[in-house]
Amino acid sequence: MCLFISGLCLSNTSGAIEPDLSNWQTLEKQASGQTVYFNAWGGETRINRYLVWASKRVKTLYNIDLRHVKITDTAQAVSRIIAEKQAGNSERGAIDLLWINGENFSALKQNALLYGPWAEVQPNFSLVDADRFPEMREDFTIATEGFESPWTRSQLVFYYDSDVVTNAPGSIKELLQWAQDHPSEFTYPRPPSFLGSTFLKQALLELAQSSEPLYRHVEESDFALVTAPLWKYLDALHPHLLRSGRYFPLGSADLRRFMGDGETSLAFSFNPNEASLGILNGELPESVRSYVLDGGTLDNVSFLAIPFNAQHKAAAIVVSNFLLSAEAQARGSNQEYMGSTSVLSMQKLSSEFQQLFLGTAKNLAAASAEDLDRKILEPHPSWTTALERAWIQRYGAR
Amino acid sequence: MLRWISFAVIFLLAAPVLIGTLIAGLPAFGYFPTLGSESFSLAPWQDLFEVPGLLKSIGISLMAGLLTPLIALTLVFLFLASASGSRLDKWIRRLVSPLLSLPHAAAAFGLAFLIAPSGLLSRLISPELSGWERPPDLLIVNDGWGLSLLLGLIAKEIPFLLLMSMAALPQTNSVERVTMARSLGYRPTIAWLKTVAPGLYALVRLPVFAVIVFASATVDVALILGPTLPPTLSVMILNWFNDPDLSYRFLAAAAALLQLCISLSAIGCWIALEKFSSLLWKIWINTGDRSTLEPLCFIAGRFGMPAVLLLTAGSLMALVLNSFAGFWRFPDLLPSSWTLRHWSGSIAELATPLANTLIIGIVATSLAIALVLSALEYERRRGLKMSMAMWLLYLPLLVPQVVFLFGIVVFAESLQLQANLPLVIFGHLLFVLPYVFLSLSEAYRHLDPRWSQIAATLGASSTKSFWRIRIPLLLAPSLTAIAIGMAISISLFLPTQLLGAGRITTITTEAIALSSSGSRNLIAVWSVVQLLLPMLGFIAALFIPRLLWRNRAGMKEIQ
Repeated sequence: MCLFISGLCLSNTSGAIEPDLSNWQTLEKQASGQTVYFNAWGGETRINRYLVWASKRVKTLYNIDLRHVKITDTAQAVSRIIAEKQAGNSERGAIDLLWINGENFSALKQNALLYGPWAEVQPNFSLVDADRFPEMREDFTIATEGFESPWTRSQLVFYYDSDVVTNAPGSIKELLQWAQDHPSEFTYPRPPSFLGSTFLKQALLELAQSSEPLYRHVEESDFALVTAPLWKYLDALHPHLLRSGRYFPLGSADLRRFMGDGETSLAFSFNPNEASLGILNGELPESVRSYVLDGGTLDNVSFLAIPFNAQHKAAAIVVSNFLLSAEAQARGSNQEYMGSTSVLSMQKLSSEFQQLFLGTAKNLAAASAEDLDRKILEPHPSWTTALERAWIQRYGAR
Repeated sequence: MLRWISFAVIFLLAAPVLIGTLIAGLPAFGYFPTLGSESFSLAPWQDLFEVPGLLKSIGISLMAGLLTPLIALTLVFLFLASASGSRLDKWIRRLVSPLLSLPHAAAAFGLAFLIAPSGLLSRLISPELSGWERPPDLLIVNDGWGLSLLLGLIAKEIPFLLLMSMAALPQTNSVERVTMARSLGYRPTIAWLKTVAPGLYALVRLPVFAVIVFASATVDVALILGPTLPPTLSVMILNWFNDPDLSYRFLAAAAALLQLCISLSAIGCWIALEKFSSLLWKIWINTGDRSTLEPLCFIAGRFGMPAVLLLTAGSLMALVLNSFAGFWRFPDLLPSSWTLRHWSGSIAELATPLANTLIIGIVATSLAIALVLSALEYERRRGLKMSMAMWLLYLPLLVPQVVFLFGIVVFAESLQLQANLPLVIFGHLLFVLPYVFLSLSEAYRHLDPRWSQIAATLGASSTKSFWRIRIPLLLAPSLTAIAIGMAISISLFLPTQLLGAGRITTITTEAIALSSSGSRNLIAVWSVVQLLLPMLGFIAALFIPRLLWRNRAGMKEIQ
């Protein structure tokens, strides 16, 4: 018992050393021997295995111990950071690096819970060509200001069972007609789940008179007026959904399962490789194909951020720089390893590294590269919250 | 020493619990300086009562909290009344360990796969009998009235109540009582219900309260089986707490206090129900009726509970099938291909999580049983009832975990405690201790005091009679309490994750992390992994007394 209590009281008193951002060599030296606790979603064995590889590499290259802390929801990490702040822990934070984007980033940044700016100090940051691709500096319209570094890209893709469906809808408007012709073959996750809210935003962007107000703070426009076409659309759509709209699933996993079980024949996901990975995992039939809507679909970048009180900031920056390297990104975009979309600009890479990416052949079930070029930028994050609230108000209690 | 330990329990455990709850509760009144709110207000409560469907959510939580224990307990008692000592009884006793070890979320997931429109039962009759080439569009799982939620809860709580009853039964002298009643002409089931049930109920009352609290506040079962438009209050709290918009934390804190009130009201209703049933029982006993209800009770007892257990066993089987399944199209009854991939991919890095799970479980449970036994022994010698501070220990079960643990993390951080193994063990202790306490305390308090009195007249000291008389007599309930403590520790996710800052991995943190992918196969694999450890504990709890008392005829009854 006494041992146990003394164990509880043992606390590591060594505080954080401020990383030297002016000189990369010094930073690498500071980083050497540190341990980086990287909080990232642990739901996909492929990503987990990729991070095992990455931790071996950073050990060899920089003598850094990279530990993947598997979380189920970014909110867990956010909670921890808030708790540490509340308790006055400003330099022994338990999280060094965090996989994040959108609303979570906006909330942490607003409450001054992030360290930065640091992202543009990384030598590899130039590879994303942020001057040509502004989304590398803008997270859901919020300027990142160097408080987070790009990691992977995601895009909304639709997928269907080609054994059952021959005429998959090419737009949100066609989707309504399609759903009327194919009752209970489609559904969408309930907001405020990430994918459900994404569906609302995609639909609103296509249905609204003009998409321009969506890129400003929601309070600057007449919410009821802008969203009226969306509610009219959903009122018409719901009776034709799975379970006649009396039930909405939880997230992308449910959509995949419904398709695998043959309950639905059209679904969507925020991972362009959802269908090919689903087939590989035996969750989806081999007849599934993916595509992007004719007018393009929502696309976003997910980032890496460092909490304000991270204990090993230098090493976190070095790890982030490694994950942004051509070597790490090429391996990440390979279906065999992680199967994500790279954030690097091909033109910025030497031909030797371009070869690395060319080697990663596309799966038949995945959306084509031309399809994935049709991108729509994410609206201002305030719209996500407002749409979620309005949806719950209208449909949340039947 | 005993006195010292009792105080240690109170200060080491009750204080953090109270402080944690306070920290977690303050935002409900608008106070949350970290988010820039430093004044008190009732705005979170106004927001809360404007949430659409709140009343329905509350209603479903209350209904689940009352009907689950009512139905589960009725079925368990009718079963014990009608089947004690029969071959069926022996069979069920063997089945109870694996079913009890199945984690709640896994059991719910298995049940969903069993009863869903595309589930095993539907496949069993498709397409030949039903004509379904594709799954029918029926809202079975996640139905609006929470019936599938109720079924899932009942199926999961029956093994728990059954085990608790089996551990307490020997103290009721059931065999003698039934024999006596039968000699007066009572039919066997009626005899059991009239003479054994009231005494047994007193012994399992606290576990029943635990079921009420769990059923009215469950998150994981409600997420999988519960209604969605609106979801139960517990699920709403989780959503709000996890919302990227941090202003929802105020709402979550207010709702967490409301949830506490709901669980307490459910207990209040149950106590009223107890009074009413006791009155009914008295009237029924006074009628002297010996056989009228016998056929009904006998049939309900013989078939009711076994049917529900069969359903859980079916869920377990569905999980095992899924863990080896390749692609599995409706309406195929079996997967079109089999694979070991889900297993080989998962097992590779099992060593560290397994070791952590065992260390945390063993240390936390040993501490818990030592503290509980000392507190109960102190209480017995002093002739005191549990003090108010001991009731505080139940707070971790009453306040929604995600909110309560936030407070505990803040508390630990402000004491500058490092997120390490001892801290995680301490967090587990907060949840293991109340379960060990409620599993053991009634059995301990109701132990016939004459045994100890006889020992005292023969010159044995209090300490000697504790070790030589009370511990051996209470071996079965003690081991059951230990097994339950282990099972609880093994199943804890949030305390491990939050207090360990995710650095301490156990099989449950790995399981839940991988389950967040939603892959049915991976969930199945990890459910089976999660099930194995506690199952060993329960099997040991059932068989150790049998082994130790194989030469003691008088203890046979305990088996």
